Amino acid sequence: MDLYEHQGKELFAKHGIPLVEGSVAESAAEARRIAERLGGKVAVKVQVQIGGRGKGGGIALVGSPEEAEAAAARMLSEGFHGTKVTRVLVERLVDIAEQFYAAISLDRSAGAYLAIVSSEGGMDIEEVARERPEALRRVRVDPLLGLLAYQVRYAVGHLPGEAREGSAAILAKMHEVLAVNDATLVEINPLALLADGQVVALDAKVTIDDNALWRHPKIESLRSTFPIDPVEARAREAGLQYVKLDGEVGIIGNGAGLVMATLDVVELAGAKPANFLDVGGGASAEVMAVSLEVILSDPSVRSVLVNIFGGITRCDVVAQGILEALQRVTPGVQIVVRLDGTNAPEGRKILAQANHPHIVPEETMLEAAQRAAELAKAA
Amino acid sequence: MAILVDETTRVVVQGLTGREGRFHGLRNRAYGTKVVAGVTPGKSGQNVEGIPVFDTVAEAVAETGANTSLIFVPPRFAAEAVYEAADSELRLIVCITEGIPVRDMAQVTGYLRGKPSTLVGPNCPGVISPGKSNVGIIPGEICMAGRVGLVSRSGTLTYQIVHELTQRGVGQSTCVGMGGDPVHGIGFIGCLELFDQDPETGLVVLIGEIGGDDEERAATFIVERMRKPVVGYIAGFTAPPGKRMGHAGAIVTGSSGTAQAKAEALEAAGVKVGRTPTEAAELVEGALA
Repeated sequence: MDLYEHQGKELFAKHGIPLVEGSVAESAAEARRIAERLGGKVAVKVQVQIGGRGKGGGIALVGSPEEAEAAAARMLSEGFHGTKVTRVLVERLVDIAEQFYAAISLDRSAGAYLAIVSSEGGMDIEEVARERPEALRRVRVDPLLGLLAYQVRYAVGHLPGEAREGSAAILAKMHEVLAVNDATLVEINPLALLADGQVVALDAKVTIDDNALWRHPKIESLRSTFPIDPVEARAREAGLQYVKLDGEVGIIGNGAGLVMATLDVVELAGAKPANFLDVGGGASAEVMAVSLEVILSDPSVRSVLVNIFGGITRCDVVAQGILEALQRVTPGVQIVVRLDGTNAPEGRKILAQANHPHIVPEETMLEAAQRAAELAKAA
Repeated sequence: MAILVDETTRVVVQGLTGREGRFHGLRNRAYGTKVVAGVTPGKSGQNVEGIPVFDTVAEAVAETGANTSLIFVPPRFAAEAVYEAADSELRLIVCITEGIPVRDMAQVTGYLRGKPSTLVGPNCPGVISPGKSNVGIIPGEICMAGRVGLVSRSGTLTYQIVHELTQRGVGQSTCVGMGGDPVHGIGFIGCLELFDQDPETGLVVLIGEIGGDDEERAATFIVERMRKPVVGYIAGFTAPPGKRMGHAGAIVTGSSGTAQAKAEALEAAGVKVGRTPTEAAELVEGALA
């Protein structure tokens, strides 16, 4: 789960990472009041879960509360690169002497964490790594030992002398934030040395491991602050793994890998998938029914492909679920169904006996994908 | 021979008395696997259809000679279950549990380094050597004994490809589901190494998906060390960046981890990569002909 900047900074504040004074606003008027309190000269920053705000017009540096209000009004009404914006962060403008970069993230192939400190910050770190690799220092952080003091000293050792102490303290605290909150990424870009000699976190990017959210109910409750597609919300409530895509063939399958493969095969057949939907293992008739309802509620769907390979999942139960769903919703599109694996003959028999005008049975994954693609084009 | 599991495998199921543990433990036994013990704290002295249950893995091993663990423990207790199995020096630990925090897994894999136990998973379907032993949840009836080794990050996608192989009369030596989590036990390289040394395996199928760089590193290994032919399949060509596609590990971040890059890396290593599961099975059939 990717936190908004201000939510990340709230975690930072708890761990004593120095920040610039500021508050979050949900309206332009509120942004104006915050700017007044901070003395007028402020930065107004969109709160979104995607990057590229600096270049993309998501940050406005303004000189008065009126300008802060106008900037906030624009951001809240226009959104940011297609993402809805419901809040902005208003922070006091500071006098920056130098910008650096610091991050600790999961290094999945090493099964450990990686701390990176760059003497150049405020820009795309991948670009710095490519063009001036000598600006970066990397340290492998053992997940059992944590970040050790000598590693911190080394990581900040190439920064200007006056920035080292402050940066070292921040890096150590970033690791606390990571370890205590099950984060997979804690990033500060830029980490700034101010004209008054203080080192502060000007930004905060924090990603929390979804699998660990049960250990952090307060963080999990922040989920309600993120904009979510209504269909995605419905799917999540039903415990389904659903991702909206921009095509026209609705997809239901069991198991993440098989569903991904199904999307690919549909695209090879010349159509575009409308979604990723994994019903998981051992799907009940009810889960199948809700899945179909979710898919059919998406207006861009022109045909549906149900691709099930039963392992734990029983195909007869899947077939019953499809029929149940069709009693609850009247589909405007054809539903191609491919069943294989556990109890597949029983499942196929149930569908054959129902002889429903909207169900199109197919024998193999490939044939089913081709059929669904044809139906989507014809619809 | 085969790899990881065979006739000498003796399984202790951690979480045998739970719904999943019971169902699959008994299913594995019905397949012919030697399921010799179960572990559930507080339930020692009980049995599940004749399989004795113990409080700890150490006691189960002492009483039954178990050498392999199969874990069906809920995510919040699963990491400790792996530590417990490792401390009894079981040769193989297969962890089916989905949803374990990645920090727990990073600590577990760090702890296992240098220890005699091999971990498969977590969030995986397990390991089957058809006709010999099935440790996990792979449906035994879709498999057939033969000479193709198979290693995969996925579950049902593996079944799909195994099914297509079996329907073509192409049997398997061992199928390994290594799991879809970002930090996991044995990976492609570990499995490729074992398959390369296994006299019963003639060809290996590698099934990857978006996220991480396991496939790219496997490609390097294949170029440098692998003697046997490899056929590949990668899922997720249509996956958009930044969206987690079900598996915790299946996410394209920036430009890294794409299916395209993985397929290209494998092809550059001389691996034939099928664009559909069916095509992958056809490539295997062709390579064996």
